[in-house]
Amino acid sequence: MAEPRLIEISPVTRVEGHGKVTIHLNADNQVDEARLHIVEFRGFERFIRGRLLWEVPVIVQRLCGICPVSHHLAAAKAMDVICGVDALPPTAEKMRRLMHYGQVMQSHVLHFFHLAAPDLLFGFGAPAEKRNIFEVIKENPELGRRAIAMRKFGQDIIEATAGKKIHGTGAIPGGINRNLPIETRDRFLAVIDDMQVWAQDALALARGYTLEHDHLVAEFGSFPSNYMSIVREADGALDLYHGTMRALNSDGGTIFDKLDYTRYHEKLVEDVRSWSYMKFPFIKELGPEAGWYRVGPLARMNTASFIDTPLANAALDDLKAVTAGAPNNSTLANHWARMIEVLHCVEKIRDLLHDPDLQGTDLRATGVRREEGIGVIEAPRGNLIHHYKVDENDMVTYCNLIVSTTHNNEGMNRAVKDVAVKHLSGQERITEGMLNHIEVAIRAYDPCLSCATHALGQMPLQVEIFDAAGTLIDSRQQTSGQG
Amino acid sequence: MSDPDFTFTIDGTTIPAKPGQTIMEAADAAGVYIPRLCDHEGLRHQGGCRVCTVKAGGRSVAACTQPAAPKLVVENETDHINKLRRDLVEMLFHEGNHLCPICEASGNCELQAMAYRLDMTGPTKFPYLEPCRAVDASHPDIALDTNRCISCSRCIRASQDVDHKGVFGYVGRGIHRRVAVNGSDLAHTDADITDHAISADVCPVGCIIRKGVGFATPIGEREFDHGLIGSDIEGKRRE
Ligand code: SF4
Ligand code: SF4
Ligand code: NI
Repeated sequence: MAEPRLIEISPVTRVEGHGKVTIHLNADNQVDEARLHIVEFRGFERFIRGRLLWEVPVIVQRLCGICPVSHHLAAAKAMDVICGVDALPPTAEKMRRLMHYGQVMQSHVLHFFHLAAPDLLFGFGAPAEKRNIFEVIKENPELGRRAIAMRKFGQDIIEATAGKKIHGTGAIPGGINRNLPIETRDRFLAVIDDMQVWAQDALALARGYTLEHDHLVAEFGSFPSNYMSIVREADGALDLYHGTMRALNSDGGTIFDKLDYTRYHEKLVEDVRSWSYMKFPFIKELGPEAGWYRVGPLARMNTASFIDTPLANAALDDLKAVTAGAPNNSTLANHWARMIEVLHCVEKIRDLLHDPDLQGTDLRATGVRREEGIGVIEAPRGNLIHHYKVDENDMVTYCNLIVSTTHNNEGMNRAVKDVAVKHLSGQERITEGMLNHIEVAIRAYDPCLSCATHALGQMPLQVEIFDAAGTLIDSRQQTSGQG
Repeated sequence: MSDPDFTFTIDGTTIPAKPGQTIMEAADAAGVYIPRLCDHEGLRHQGGCRVCTVKAGGRSVAACTQPAAPKLVVENETDHINKLRRDLVEMLFHEGNHLCPICEASGNCELQAMAYRLDMTGPTKFPYLEPCRAVDASHPDIALDTNRCISCSRCIRASQDVDHKGVFGYVGRGIHRRVAVNGSDLAHTDADITDHAISADVCPVGCIIRKGVGFATPIGEREFDHGLIGSDIEGKRRE
């Protein structure tokens, strides 16, 4: 009888965190188990211990080169609590919101134009050389120009609120360290109409593309799952910066709602598995088998009762009409969801720019020190939880982070196993189709490991099969991504 | 009757001086900047960091302690001297553990500012020692991250000479010599947030930390956001 074998797939990424897929075949070459390994943040959680609380919102930005602002704000929110501040001065909260909308906008635009636009313009079957943003700009200079201008707008908002485009210092425990000067505000107002029109155009593009490629849904994955995000406490509206937690099942039924996020651990359990640094959260009352859930733009479209900006809300109604109001389970619809959020961000940014509170000078509140603080935010990729304990000497003694990719961990692993069972079992050799499908399955969840390499088209994917003795018997690498 | 005033030159510029002034004091008054890290206004001169090394009459001397003399010819901003200074600053970076992007002193830090002024652009030839000392946060208002200490002794002099306390002192010898407090930790000293030694401008780096401040100063308004270190002194010259 043949020995069990191990297949290893290693996507090589340039920056932070990288993933590896190992597929365990049994003696009959059937898939026993498939695992996605992601180098995760455990080291970071240790590093942060012994640091002073005021440093934390700046230090945690180093977790991710793509969405540092999300970590910055989630940590600042947790430290607000620790500093005894339950309500920020209006200027501080609005400056932070402005920063966040700028960040979500630039992240979504980057994702959309790098990952979706090549497919939109050239189709899924286009040769690898065509599937990148440079070809998009060549083919459609106007679209390329807009992509760059929209991204820059978001980055400029970040710079105006945090001091730098990347790794700034704006949010401090209890508030913010700057307001928005009138001249800066006017500079943004001068182009906000363009941003709105372009966001609407991009939304139309994403919508049309999703509806047109409906037939691909089966191939690219329609994964019924539970969904979780924060929503505005009072009315369930989409709120990317603050709210209470809501989880729905794949039919739209409520699992929990209005959950104060400081009690997240009452509803979410973080499962630990010996082979992975990354935890596997699930909804406690549903158990580990049925309790896994997804977070992200599409999850938010599913959980939000409505959107409090008119254009984005109309777009949400339009999206919901496709599934007659039920949660949308189609992975492809994530592009659509992202563009709805970009429009929402533009509308929110416009409202904020017209708000005189942004020129206020009351920037920071103080309170009575507490020992524990939790900050939750909806990052571009989904729900993000920062949890700290700080001792009487102001030093961090405990840190727990649940990032979007961790929330989606179980879903990703299941998707990989699905693909593996379908395409690998019984095979002797690795085919290009296997590589493509595994990569697509992972990327459907937009994990941060790939967010670091947005031009995933260039991400080499390495697959190796070793026999029981550890000898390499097959190896395959592809340099172009699929989907 | 006191000795008369005199002049000398730094890099060809005539500098007026009074008897008893150091080269650096006279240069400062004349708007000529000589880089320095351990010397600090209001504290006794020490000549410890050697970043202020100049050539006076062909000899390498510390400008902060060397008295000016009539007709002395001083070289300050030559390529050779600035390279020596850069080596010294590089060694300070390598001796400590400096993660500027996450350090609240960033933008206000004299070591970082000196590195910019001297064109230190990246990792250097020296090995990193990467100390990993625990932060002393025992005091309610003050913390110490000695991984960033450059042993300039400014806190020691400020505590002894201005505060008349002796909160800080050196322990160890040679390469192991470093700054420590005169108690088991900061909480067990008589350090107080109102001490001169603890004030914002005494420690040139992010080693002595005043709790609660953090990143309250926005990027753009920090001390060195608007000009190189020394540009305030150089500005006097143009006035
Ligand atoms: S003390 Fe200065 S040089 Fe050291 S990390 Fe802080 S800013 Fe950088
Ligand atoms: S603690 Fe600061 S002032 Fe004291 S010796 Fe170290 S660097 Fe200099
Ligand atoms: Ni990220």
